[in-house]
Amino acid sequence: MSAPSKISASPPAGSGVLLVISAVGAFLAILGAGLTQDPIFRLQIGTIALAGVIAAFVLNGGLAGGTLRDHPDQYSDNVIKAGVIATMFWAAAGLLVGVIIAAQLSWPRIFYFPEFGFLNFGRLRPLHTSAVIFAFGGNALIATSFWVVQRTCKARLAGGITPWFVFWGYQLFIVLAATGYLMGATQGKEYAEPEWYTDLWLTIVWVAYLLVFLGTIWKRKEPHIYVANWFYLAFIVTIALLHLVNNAAIPVGLLNHKSYDVFSGVQDALVQWWYGHNAVGFFLTAGFLAMMYYFVPKRVERPVYSYRLSIVHFWALIFIYIWAGPHHLHYTALPQWAQTLGMTFSIMLWMPSWGGMINGLMTLSGAWDKLRTDPVVRMMVVSIAFYGMSTFEGPVMSIRAVNALSHYTDWTIGHVHSGALGWVGFISFGAIYCLVPWLWKKKEMYSTKLIEWHFWIATTGILLYIAAMWVSGIMEGLMWREYTPQGFLAYSFIETVSAKHIENVIRTVGGLMYLAGALIMIVNVWKTIASPSAEPAEASAAPATAIA
Amino acid sequence: MALERETDDHTGVETTGHEWDGIKELDNPLPRWWLWVWYGTIAFSIAYWVAMPAWPGLHGYTKGLLHKSDRAEVAQQLAALDVQRGAGAAMLRTASLEQIEKDPKLQAYAQQVGQSVFGDNCATCHGIGGTGGKGYPNLRDDVWLWGGKLEDIQYTITHGVRTGADGARMSQMPAFGRDELLKPEQIDDLTEYVVKLSGRPADAGAVARAAPIFATQCSACHGPEGKGNQQVGAPNLTDGEWLYGADRAAIRGQIFAGNGGVMPTWQGRLSPETIKALAVYVHSNAGGQ
Repeated sequence: MSAPSKISASPPAGSGVLLVISAVGAFLAILGAGLTQDPIFRLQIGTIALAGVIAAFVLNGGLAGGTLRDHPDQYSDNVIKAGVIATMFWAAAGLLVGVIIAAQLSWPRIFYFPEFGFLNFGRLRPLHTSAVIFAFGGNALIATSFWVVQRTCKARLAGGITPWFVFWGYQLFIVLAATGYLMGATQGKEYAEPEWYTDLWLTIVWVAYLLVFLGTIWKRKEPHIYVANWFYLAFIVTIALLHLVNNAAIPVGLLNHKSYDVFSGVQDALVQWWYGHNAVGFFLTAGFLAMMYYFVPKRVERPVYSYRLSIVHFWALIFIYIWAGPHHLHYTALPQWAQTLGMTFSIMLWMPSWGGMINGLMTLSGAWDKLRTDPVVRMMVVSIAFYGMSTFEGPVMSIRAVNALSHYTDWTIGHVHSGALGWVGFISFGAIYCLVPWLWKKKEMYSTKLIEWHFWIATTGILLYIAAMWVSGIMEGLMWREYTPQGFLAYSFIETVSAKHIENVIRTVGGLMYLAGALIMIVNVWKTIASPSAEPAEASAAPATAIA
Repeated sequence: MALERETDDHTGVETTGHEWDGIKELDNPLPRWWLWVWYGTIAFSIAYWVAMPAWPGLHGYTKGLLHKSDRAEVAQQLAALDVQRGAGAAMLRTASLEQIEKDPKLQAYAQQVGQSVFGDNCATCHGIGGTGGKGYPNLRDDVWLWGGKLEDIQYTITHGVRTGADGARMSQMPAFGRDELLKPEQIDDLTEYVVKLSGRPADAGAVARAAPIFATQCSACHGPEGKGNQQVGAPNLTDGEWLYGADRAAIRGQIFAGNGGVMPTWQGRLSPETIKALAVYVHSNAGGQ
């Protein structure tokens, strides 16, 4: 039965509080901007002030004009729509920066801008990694988790206005981090570059996200919690923990952007890679496995292959991943026993990782024909294949003898990108191709042909990228370790850089193709949203009525 | 909602009876191969822990049955490298720079060392072929700021330039413009004078006006004819080689600001034998004096 949508007269819970917080926050930020002597901090806190002012104006307008209304009997889908658009925007931005830095590595003379320091490789590289991981990946995770948790719990998102706070607060985090990098504000820790005030802001946003997610599960109308939600929850909780520990730092002053780490030396390195590896494990693996566990069975309309496998591989993954970080520090000052543990836990992680691949792929049993007919299914299956490949490659590279060759080389870059472009990118694109027609109540995507083009161009791009990086990585690894018969290094570092020129160019082409695919997708999404609404293929069941 | 297990038509496997938003789950067992490979990796790990340094305790860590140690292995490998380099390194230590350059065997050895060390330490500034760049001297043109004899090169590498360390080469060209030692029009005239010194056509009036200025301000270091002085690192202005650029703007800029680069002190970072080899390498590639 479909009840007419009830619109409550009152605004979403917490709107007034958020208005007050925005206004007070904006006031304090303006005060800080006026008092600080640090130009970088002034710009950053000025950005916060601007965000606070805009938020206060919008909330005030919505409350006064009565346009900000709660819809207690509907799913919160507007915040997911915003998330999908943000995901595509940041995908284009992050991939574009990736192509630019790939071009800088290929043609350092041409793409070198001494008069614009912020365009240097050192500034753009963290911009690229953060933009694709946290901006593109993070928005994809937040948006899909909001969809999945509501549908599988048959409950509207908890927390009134809070989901919107999470969405916009997260965008503010991205803008603060990105503009900070360009100005040179960085902690210098990989994937944890943002400075202390940005870290504190993300902590607030992330706790709000956790509460929204938990609150929604709390009021669920299903007896059990679906596997996708376990993975989303593991991702949210663990990222909070990692973020807090690795970013423990003492600011130079409360009105200064710079801070210094609590840890130092090899302890700092170990904490950093405990964080860094689990950012891969819980952000880029657990989070996107959650996406897979919902969108693959939903799209192919088949049951998940094995409930038991999902339980065993979930707990195994969670318990083992957290120990694998030391494999980033083989043959360093890190004690050898810690390297041993990092390596062996990485090897034991292989099958728990593959549990997800098996469950994803075998869910297609009975629907393999859809690989031919549905490019979205093909995209998700290729994504799972890349997941399987990189979670095998990872344990192999964690073996100390292999790592002695692969470490610091392009092989690592290729490994990360087979995971990032193949697994994370494709599963997100697949999920969004599913979500857009559902959210905007269209029958299907505007053009299946464009999805085909996206798939083939991007897949070819990934293959060019990772093949080039395998070749250049192994080549430079071998060149670095080669000695002359007299006992001197055969090649200087710069000779190994010159030797990689062709591979660098191929990598740039591969990246450009992947970006082209994403742009095609943006056109397709845009056209779908702009197309006339069809009758919803599936009624957006109201959570209150659906549980008859 | 009670759990209603049903049988999947396609696979004949029962579902668990759960359903979320239309998604069901089959009750397949764990794949056997998956489970056994996993057990295999666990067994391997346990064996590795027994063999290698692994678990920390209150007093140190488990050393492992094989008694392997990275630190010991690195020490062994470095010792082995010393043996491999042995004969040559010993000869380098005792031979004079001239002997190294004259003796074909020693020379070949020094070239090996020099090329390797130059690539990783010097090429960053002087370029991979030693051809330099703006502000970084070209080492292939037989034009020398601090002298091109073997001993001069060895001294420069050992002590560096303008590092502030004892013994480092030191010179400082005044910033005639920035420090307002000369008027802008005087600097313009001097620029013409320096252009003329390098044998290029220049404004005769300006050259005439600048001659006394050059004599009082510049000739002390660069010499009355502008031929430079390697004792104080003053460049020869007549040889057509320019550290900061040949055009009028670059010359004027150098008179204005008096730039001078820093070269690191390599003593302590490179062994004396390595520096000897490097000096011979640079000397013979540059056609040194």
